[in-house]
Amino acid sequence: MSRYENAILVKGLTKSYKHVPVLLGVDFQVKTGSIFALLGTNGSGKTTIVKILTTLLKQDSGSVMINGFDVAMNPEQVRQSISLTGQFVAVDEILTGRENLVMMAKLRHLRAPHQVAEDLLKRLGLTAAADRRAATYSGGMRRRLDIAMSLVGGAPVIFLDEPTTGLDPEARIEVWNIVRELSGNGTTVLLTTQYLEEAEQLADTIAILHKGKIIVSGTLEELKMLFPPAKVEYIEKQPTLEEIFLAIVGEKTEI
Amino acid sequence: MEAIKNYFLVDMSVMMGRSLRHIFRSMDTIITVTIMPIAMMLLFVYVLGGAIQTGTDNYVNYLLPGIMLIAIANSIGYTSFRLFTDVQRGIFERFNSMPVARSAALWGHVLTSLVSNAISLTVIVLVALLMGFRSSAGVFSWLAVAGILALFTLALTWVAAISGLSAKTIDGASAIAYPIHFLPLISSAFVPTSTMPRGVRAFAENQPVTSIVDAIRSLLSNQPVGSEIWVALAWCVGIMIWAYIFAMIVYRKRA
Repeated sequence: MSRYENAILVKGLTKSYKHVPVLLGVDFQVKTGSIFALLGTNGSGKTTIVKILTTLLKQDSGSVMINGFDVAMNPEQVRQSISLTGQFVAVDEILTGRENLVMMAKLRHLRAPHQVAEDLLKRLGLTAAADRRAATYSGGMRRRLDIAMSLVGGAPVIFLDEPTTGLDPEARIEVWNIVRELSGNGTTVLLTTQYLEEAEQLADTIAILHKGKIIVSGTLEELKMLFPPAKVEYIEKQPTLEEIFLAIVGEKTEI
Repeated sequence: MEAIKNYFLVDMSVMMGRSLRHIFRSMDTIITVTIMPIAMMLLFVYVLGGAIQTGTDNYVNYLLPGIMLIAIANSIGYTSFRLFTDVQRGIFERFNSMPVARSAALWGHVLTSLVSNAISLTVIVLVALLMGFRSSAGVFSWLAVAGILALFTLALTWVAAISGLSAKTIDGASAIAYPIHFLPLISSAFVPTSTMPRGVRAFAENQPVTSIVDAIRSLLSNQPVGSEIWVALAWCVGIMIWAYIFAMIVYRKRA
């Protein structure tokens, strides 16, 4: 899909708002086709990074290459290569799900916008609700539509800014499955999250952003090695509340 | 870069199609921009009109220009509201992270305002014809009237864009409509300014709506237009250029 080993390459990124420094030299790279999770508390600068990487905001210094293009020098080419699902669901509530997708397909100048919309509706399980206004959708359905809109055009690099914040467990698992499927097809995914479990479940590489810097990054195994080896203890395994909830509502508990 | 430019019109028409749908699906908007001005016209002609002396044989002829400006002024709050929602919901952010022509989203809203006002004004003129409105104006005079109305719409639309893009709350976004609603009431729209007390009269005669109403009235009644048409044009063009520059500054900063 891409000629580059690293779909995202960030070096020495800094950004201040007025005189408040938010990013103090952020470095990381994301292998093409992998899932990268950026972990951090609220206000740690995750969204600022996403905004700079998606050309919405200019950095103060440092360089960002997306799919081989510099965000500061070639923002148009970067926009051709990426797709953003922002922190808040950005669907047009007055339009139907189908109309939202057709609009995106037209804006991406695709040849058969209606077919593209139809396929994505099917893929994300929105066919039954396709012709209802998005305002009538549940939170999970809106997020799915939101993500579907980002999938229009098949951008090789996808940014998901806190995609599961505010979703119920079922909807969250649906989003996780979509992300896994995307990565399976070779798409590079950068997602931000404040849920450790989400990073653990999904990401090939995890980076922790704290006070404007990446303090650690690596695979889950690498991160685990930073801690002393696990002691063997016998603990009765209680089901988590999430497992109970999912068992009662009759959903598959595998995640 | 060239490929991007070629898509400007395509992108803008997609954006316009979207916000026109917003209007046609909002009963509230249709009532405020079309039905309310018609109701006012009925009220003034059939209830109050008998007691109003304007020196014209037919009060509908006198009233129509003012009613048209009220219809345009009523639509402004909605333009502001739609822009505010797009900024707030992250919809502009989504468009700006896509390979979409930069200001297409904003121009889409502006053209929507022009097109929707053209439709509502046509309906209002048709109702006025049923109520006995007659004009001896030729094609050129009608074109001049259409031109002035379009300029007035553009001027107010750009003013609305400033408030829609910069407002912090939804009430703030639509608050712009109130002072604008007020202008036609204290003008020559309903009664000649010569009937007003001195202070009010001075205001009425020196604010934009009076000169615009007078210019349109002269054109429609096939009377020579004096200096008022230049004053009217100067107001419209002046406000439009000023508001356009400010709106663009806010747009670049915010969206």
